[in-house]
Amino acid sequence: MSADTPRDSGFGIRDSLKIRDSGLGIRDSLGIRDAQSSNRGLPRESRVPNPESRNRDLPDESRIPNPESRHGSFWRTLDERASDPAFQQRLYREFPSQIEAIADPVERRTFLKLMGASLALAGVTACTRQPAETIVPYVRQPEELIPGRPLFFATAMPLGGVATGLLVESHEGRPTKVEGNPLHPGSLGATDVYAQAAILGLYDPDRSQTLTNLGEIRPWAAFLGAIRAALTAQAPLRGSGLRILTESVNSPTLAAQIRDLLARFPSAKWHQWDPASADSARAGAKLAFNEYVDAQYRLDQADVIVALDADFLGCGRGSLRYARDFAARRNPEQPERMNRLYAVETMPTSTGARADHRLPLKPSEIARVALAIAGAVGAGGAGEGNVAQPPSQGFGAPAVQKWIDAVAKDLRDHRGRSVVIAGDSQPAVVHALAHAMNGALGNAGRTVVYMQTAEAEPVDQLASIRDLVADMNAGKVDLLVIIGGNPVYTAPVDLAFASAMGKVQLRAHLSLYDDETSELCHWQIPEAHFLEAWSDARAYDGTASIVQPLIAPLYGGKSAHEVLAAMSDRPERSGYDLVRELWKVDPKDDSAWRRWLHDGVIPDTAFAPRNVSVTPSRPAPSPQPPAEGFEISFRNDPSILDGRFANNGWLQELPKPITKLTWDNAVIISPATAAKISGHQAPAFTGGEHGQVVSDVLEVRYGGRTVRGPMFAVAGHADDCATLFTGYGRTRAGRIGTGAGFNANALRTADARLFAGGAELARTGDTFSLACTQYHHLMEGRDLIRAVTRDEYARDPRSIREHPGIEATPPRTITLYPDYRYEGYKWGMAIDVNACIGCNACVVGCQAENNIAVVGKDQVLRGREMHWLRVDTYYRGPADNPETYFQPVPCMQCENAPCEVVCPVGATVHSHEGLNDMVYNRCVGTRYCSNNCPYKVRRFNFLLYQDWDTPSLKLGRNPDVSVRSRGVMEKCTYCVQRINAAKIESEKQDRRIADGEIQTACQQACPANAIVFGDLNDPNSRVAKLQRQERNYALLGELNTRPRTTYLGAVRNVNPELES
Amino acid sequence: MSQIFHRSANTIARVSIFGAVFFIAALLGLFDEVNRSPWVTQARTAREQPIQFSHERHVAGNGIDCRYCHTSVEESSFAGIPPTKTCMNCHSQIFANSPFLEPVRESFRSGRSIEWTRVHDLPDFVYFNHSIHVHKGIGCTTCHGQVDRMPLMWQENSLQMEWCLDCHRNPERYVRPRAAVFRVDYAAPANQLELGRTLVAEYQIQKLTSCSTCHR
Repeated sequence: MSADTPRDSGFGIRDSLKIRDSGLGIRDSLGIRDAQSSNRGLPRESRVPNPESRNRDLPDESRIPNPESRHGSFWRTLDERASDPAFQQRLYREFPSQIEAIADPVERRTFLKLMGASLALAGVTACTRQPAETIVPYVRQPEELIPGRPLFFATAMPLGGVATGLLVESHEGRPTKVEGNPLHPGSLGATDVYAQAAILGLYDPDRSQTLTNLGEIRPWAAFLGAIRAALTAQAPLRGSGLRILTESVNSPTLAAQIRDLLARFPSAKWHQWDPASADSARAGAKLAFNEYVDAQYRLDQADVIVALDADFLGCGRGSLRYARDFAARRNPEQPERMNRLYAVETMPTSTGARADHRLPLKPSEIARVALAIAGAVGAGGAGEGNVAQPPSQGFGAPAVQKWIDAVAKDLRDHRGRSVVIAGDSQPAVVHALAHAMNGALGNAGRTVVYMQTAEAEPVDQLASIRDLVADMNAGKVDLLVIIGGNPVYTAPVDLAFASAMGKVQLRAHLSLYDDETSELCHWQIPEAHFLEAWSDARAYDGTASIVQPLIAPLYGGKSAHEVLAAMSDRPERSGYDLVRELWKVDPKDDSAWRRWLHDGVIPDTAFAPRNVSVTPSRPAPSPQPPAEGFEISFRNDPSILDGRFANNGWLQELPKPITKLTWDNAVIISPATAAKISGHQAPAFTGGEHGQVVSDVLEVRYGGRTVRGPMFAVAGHADDCATLFTGYGRTRAGRIGTGAGFNANALRTADARLFAGGAELARTGDTFSLACTQYHHLMEGRDLIRAVTRDEYARDPRSIREHPGIEATPPRTITLYPDYRYEGYKWGMAIDVNACIGCNACVVGCQAENNIAVVGKDQVLRGREMHWLRVDTYYRGPADNPETYFQPVPCMQCENAPCEVVCPVGATVHSHEGLNDMVYNRCVGTRYCSNNCPYKVRRFNFLLYQDWDTPSLKLGRNPDVSVRSRGVMEKCTYCVQRINAAKIESEKQDRRIADGEIQTACQQACPANAIVFGDLNDPNSRVAKLQRQERNYALLGELNTRPRTTYLGAVRNVNPELES
Repeated sequence: MSQIFHRSANTIARVSIFGAVFFIAALLGLFDEVNRSPWVTQARTAREQPIQFSHERHVAGNGIDCRYCHTSVEESSFAGIPPTKTCMNCHSQIFANSPFLEPVRESFRSGRSIEWTRVHDLPDFVYFNHSIHVHKGIGCTTCHGQVDRMPLMWQENSLQMEWCLDCHRNPERYVRPRAAVFRVDYAAPANQLELGRTLVAEYQIQKLTSCSTCHR
């Protein structure tokens, strides 16, 4: 086996398999073709250590990316990395269950009978005449509405105390698609998964639909009577028995209404509890500055970024904006502007994946790292005098010390141009340290600005709900009005919120779903979705937007404003009246109001930066010593958050970033910890490429409480700790969410909101099937993702495009057919792997735009998920701290498409603009195309996945895209409906389509601008320029498929000090 | 052992084997013809409507332009069915008490839409856009026939894919000057092919036959 082992074809893994027995892993045999290794010209054996030995014992140094491993090759799953022969075998047995059916003669006969019958039936059903349809015109047509043309309305989505500005597409009054508002500072045109999935949330047939009192349907007037009687009884008591519990409030109008109510009832109390908001960030600001302020990061100004367990790219306040600013500074074509990101974290996140240097640590250790870095940059707890002392003392592992020293040095070298960000899963003290570091480094006012909070009334929410429970238990509460939220499910388990609530005489709950809290309340009021109600909301920088409804409440829901108005002395005021009153709209001249509605932002409402300084009298932040024993940490689920989106099929089926789990949560641990617990690093895996993960069920014990959940090992997770995602194990979520996953909140006490030590994990002996898509569509050793360092790229810009050992794309003359010239438009796409943060917004955006069905966990377990676009995660290096890359894979729209030549009925053919068209009405479902697609991007409707019956779901579909039925193949179309619409508009104006005029749904949703679509025939289009870049490469280009979608390789900006 | 079959069985067998080929071919041909026939396409069949609305009266008789009612034909994929309000513009004054128009007045009073039977109904996987056809010089009557001679509306053409493709492949046979698009009395000139070729060039008409032009 030498470095010039020839590769016979694109499927060279089979050769590699033969040579695997030589004692070296399969990837080593591929790694020899790696560009960088041959550039260095080092003897191979010295560079690639035996992966087996690296896996088995994990010295502390291995937490640091091994520089040598940088030149190893990529892997996707832990089994693949371990080169388990059984795994490789399973990989090739793609449909084991079906093969058995065909091999058995009796089964085969049944199969043929069924096929014959279905064919006959399929033929007969095609012969029906079209049923007569009716046209129902308006009686009085609204002025601005043209039937057949969508309208767009600006609104905003409040979530966790911040709002994202949106533009919502409306077809004849039905909202069908959510996009970001380019004028909104918190969106800049991008959206997150929650905003994209809001359409399905709006039309969810399981929403709370009727106002009920003790389960009986009652009219609104009955509720009004009941609440007013209760309030009248409170009047002489000055409201001392009245409690309002809200989520984080960032609507100025709602805050004003609550304050009015509190003015009328001075002894009443307002409590807040919102697991989606940043409680520790608030507490950290209070600790550092003695007042509540919001930190806003200017990542476009930052050269060095340190994330302390902060997933600022993936979720939370301003993450869309931060992702945009961060990605804009990652362009390797401007190497001097490239920023450098360091991340310390427990659970791998989008931010950790994009970090140039990542340090996995137990959650309790992160505070010590923060303290050490703070000491080294002159912001230590004991004062500036501490600098001289080696700050990283006390960390056993020299590698960790080296990491800290390097980070501190980089921060000191970039005073005023660096930023330290603490994450919501770290306690207040870490936030305070981050603020102190930013102050000491001169970043305050430059890369980080402080301002008034976007939330109307920031409080310590844990203390707030604790007070409420104490009051309820003491019998002080007569009337509890819960405005949104599901505290029975989300409140700390040791507070026993449900039983405390039982002591309240009258309980009313306003919520979208009839959930766990509703069950225990007297009154359940269906809440109006944010797309159904008037409100207002502030963005992460304070910019206010009017939330305007797109549709009248489908189920007669009420907004929070209307419920509070019902409790005021003027119950007749609507949300519209209240919002206009607060913003002092002149009824005679509301041109400004109309402008706000049109733009989606109210100008000049962003908060001015404030000068705050770290309180000098503040006691030195001394984090508690690391917790003893095995640690567990709790996070909101990246897809369904705290459980509020549990009944949203799009979000449930969305493969979560990093873990790629769908429909479930798991006890997430590191591979080494998994090996300790169960004896093997990776979970058992069955069923070939379209298979499932069969995982051990663990019992997690903490503080006398236990939960059971499936174990799942994630590369890069810190050792000796587990991460549990909350939001699952709901008992009254709806048909989709009820029963999925296990309830991690059952362990989450008030003292262990973030993480806790002293937990125990034990195998139960049971197993559980997890639907994990990371095992689907495996790369089988092919060279799909490419990444180099900044210096390597600068030295040899061709290092990404030209990989030794990978055959170059064959010349165009290789074919017998004449070359087709694409005149007119030639659509293409460039996807920047270097920018992608794996946030999944594109996947849900695609699903919403293209009417993609939800298939359910059972079908995902069979590898039948329908997403046209998937985000593959690739790893490189050691399993305990690998480099991580995300690669969105839509249809490549190959010019020489392998799928087209095998279709017997011409259902997939090429368009004159180079699109690989899929014609649903011709497709007979042979699936040959999918078999022949090297990129595995075609999706087949094995069953009738679409819901053809539920009326509310029909309203939300995109009328410009066919709704596919059973037996039909489908795939990414480059959003051909958008292309056609733009072509028609441009031709009506007798001009060409301008660059950027067409945005595909995935491109529009992307916060990082990682996806660019356009006309390759226009040399000045953005996509043409990107495809001319040196780091542009085609996926499996050596197969001569000539994909129109190409990728820009990843370039990491590593710190040389940590590399050597 | 005696013969079971008579010698003529050979002939019968041959005739039936070869005859089967013709029989199947004939069946297929018949199926094809039936499939294109108005029995399937419902072409030239007047539909029952809730109101006996006559295009003949309104177009030929009153000379109302197509766009007075079908307002969005130049802007949208959908030409637009007039709201009840459009009917009432005139019929609040003219034939204001006609019993035939009672459904219109009822709709206007109650706010409930009139439910018209759809005459030109493409399958749901076909995406047709009126505005671009009108802009490229395809007249209303080219597809919809002489609407001014239809007392009750019918579908003039089969609306099958081969009919669409006939024009998409040979637009010069059907295109007319933009100024004449909405004229119902327009007749193709003798030099249509010559005129068509110049118009195809002038209007930059492409022969779009990719599947995704209409199917998506």
